[in-house]
Amino acid sequence: MHGHPIEFMFPNDHGSIAWTLMIVLYPYITGLVAGAFVVAALYHVFGKKELAPVARFALAASFSFCAFATMPLLLHLHQPQRAFNIMFTPNFTSAMAGFGFIYSFYLTLLGVEILLVFRDDIVARANRRGVEGWLYKVLALGVTNQTPGSRALDHKWISALSVIGIPAACVLHGYVGFIFGGIKANPWWSTALMPVIFLCSAIVSGVAMLILLYVIASKFRRVQVDDECLRSMMRTLWLFLILAVALEELELLNMAYESGAQWAMLSRLIHEKLHFSFTWLQLILGSVVPFFLLLIGMRRGLHPGVRIGLGTVSGLLVLIQVMSMRWNVVIGGQLLSKSFRGFNNYLPEFGGREGLGVAVLVFCLPFVLMFALGKILPLWKTDAADGH
Amino acid sequence: MNCTPTGCPSCQPAAVAPASVASPGLAPSSATPADPGRREFVWDAIRTFSFGALTLTALPILVAEADADDDPKAAAPPADPSATVGAAKRKRTVLFGYLVDTTKCIGCGGCMLACKNENAVPDDQFRTWVERYVYYKDGRVEVDTCTSGNFSFDQKPALDPKVVDKAFFVPKLCNHCVETPCIQVCPVGASLMTKDGVVLIDHERCIGCAYCVQACPFGTRFINHKTNTADKCTWCYHRVAKGEKPACVEVCPTGTRIFGDINDPDSDISKVLAVHRIDVLKSYLGTRPKTRYIGLTSEVV
Repeated sequence: MHGHPIEFMFPNDHGSIAWTLMIVLYPYITGLVAGAFVVAALYHVFGKKELAPVARFALAASFSFCAFATMPLLLHLHQPQRAFNIMFTPNFTSAMAGFGFIYSFYLTLLGVEILLVFRDDIVARANRRGVEGWLYKVLALGVTNQTPGSRALDHKWISALSVIGIPAACVLHGYVGFIFGGIKANPWWSTALMPVIFLCSAIVSGVAMLILLYVIASKFRRVQVDDECLRSMMRTLWLFLILAVALEELELLNMAYESGAQWAMLSRLIHEKLHFSFTWLQLILGSVVPFFLLLIGMRRGLHPGVRIGLGTVSGLLVLIQVMSMRWNVVIGGQLLSKSFRGFNNYLPEFGGREGLGVAVLVFCLPFVLMFALGKILPLWKTDAADGH
Repeated sequence: MNCTPTGCPSCQPAAVAPASVASPGLAPSSATPADPGRREFVWDAIRTFSFGALTLTALPILVAEADADDDPKAAAPPADPSATVGAAKRKRTVLFGYLVDTTKCIGCGGCMLACKNENAVPDDQFRTWVERYVYYKDGRVEVDTCTSGNFSFDQKPALDPKVVDKAFFVPKLCNHCVETPCIQVCPVGASLMTKDGVVLIDHERCIGCAYCVQACPFGTRFINHKTNTADKCTWCYHRVAKGEKPACVEVCPTGTRIFGDINDPDSDISKVLAVHRIDVLKSYLGTRPKTRYIGLTSEVV
């Protein structure tokens, strides 16, 4: 006899949860947007010149993820044809009502910044013939004469947009955390730390993804991975990983220490329902292991090949960590019935609108866009190569 | 009339025309950024567009709200058959309330059946349900509900008095809170409260995001499988508006469920509220439910 009384769930909680895999994917993709942007901003605003090899790609990656961030939401909505009501008739007491505006602002900002960063290349190609030339003319917004003055102005705007983009990224992802943190009905979500936790894990996931993509792309492009750039990204990742994990665990420690009315059930949630995804994936495999791998990988004078290996593995593990964190928050929070007397079960189906198959497909789309952008814009060119 | 050149759309063309005339070179090559004519034109265009957009979006909403305010059907208090409303009373604001006297419930499930029939609620979803709290002599407290058949606890095996200390039933439904988390979080304003205090959902506006389902602490909201929008108990507003009682109240054989105008001191609910110790569910959350209870214990959430 395990000693637990017979479980009871409110009947509407039984057998189904309202937010499924797509709502796990949504903050994951949004996090990658914010994280990748931070890397670009570290170069453009904070002068981390060693990040030059990935600065342009980071922007393109951020834009690509942003372009598809709404896809999981649309797939989740039960009345997707009314999605724009969120902007036409917003209810401003709802945290969710800000989404359309914040998202549109950020996507526009990213789009404009990309056009400015790649402007020289776009203008240079606008004289080409046929559809290609037409495409670049459109991207050049019809103006194809570049002067030193206009270049200087573009650079000023790039800096300005990067500066605006940093708080915007914080708002975008802090907002996602707030969506959960502001739900007092759910003791697993309701904490003021949630926006900060989401923000830190967003940065972590974005940097990890860039490390991974940089290494993979360098392999495909048959170019050498810039050791200093990789080391800098690994340092950034390590720092933000510590911050993110510390916040995640502090929040939990606080709950456990207070041992409030719902702690007994929350403890069961962690130890029984989320044992694998929390303890093993999020905490041990995704946090502790990469912490040490990055610590070793950051060392100066390490063989570049070893650094690449450690960086790639760490990046992959951290991406798993963040995905598990999203899962544990979004799904975990719904497994506990609001009766606080029983647990739900959820395993994503493969088929269906919100199934695993569609989720994988949606997650692949940003990479397709990145690939397409790579075909029309020199994503890996550095400003130094451009003579700036 | 104090029309400003930029604020009044009817004056707009006249205000814009001179600026356009004053800047004859509209081609990009001749127009400079400092060109006051073009700048003015752009600002005027932005203002006109903003005004137009506001008019197009906000006006229909304001008109609809004004219509609703004037709608005698919506504003008039329903003619409660139990208390004939006089002319003086008609001016008083109606505020509906709901009281559950758990000491009277026998777990027959008639309320659940009536609700299902009245509101065409899908089989596996519930606008109301009845919970049974069983206190065993060994200290255990177990809770269950009956969500199949005729919803009566008679379908379940009888409790053994040798091992059971006490047991009682607690009907649950939407709490129609005063500080509603569901209305607060609805991103499109599809959740609303009527003037008489009933929380409703506009199924034509709901986008089915389920944020309200997450925000409701009582588990009373769900996404209706049939309508694909949020759903919950409306206190049978379609009946109440006609002066009838909610279906569950109508069929309750023991008077467990009481509904009425709590602003009317002569209503059945006010009379009971006046003499009993009343509780609400999850009061610590501060949602101030208007569904009240008699006979709760600390185990009931």
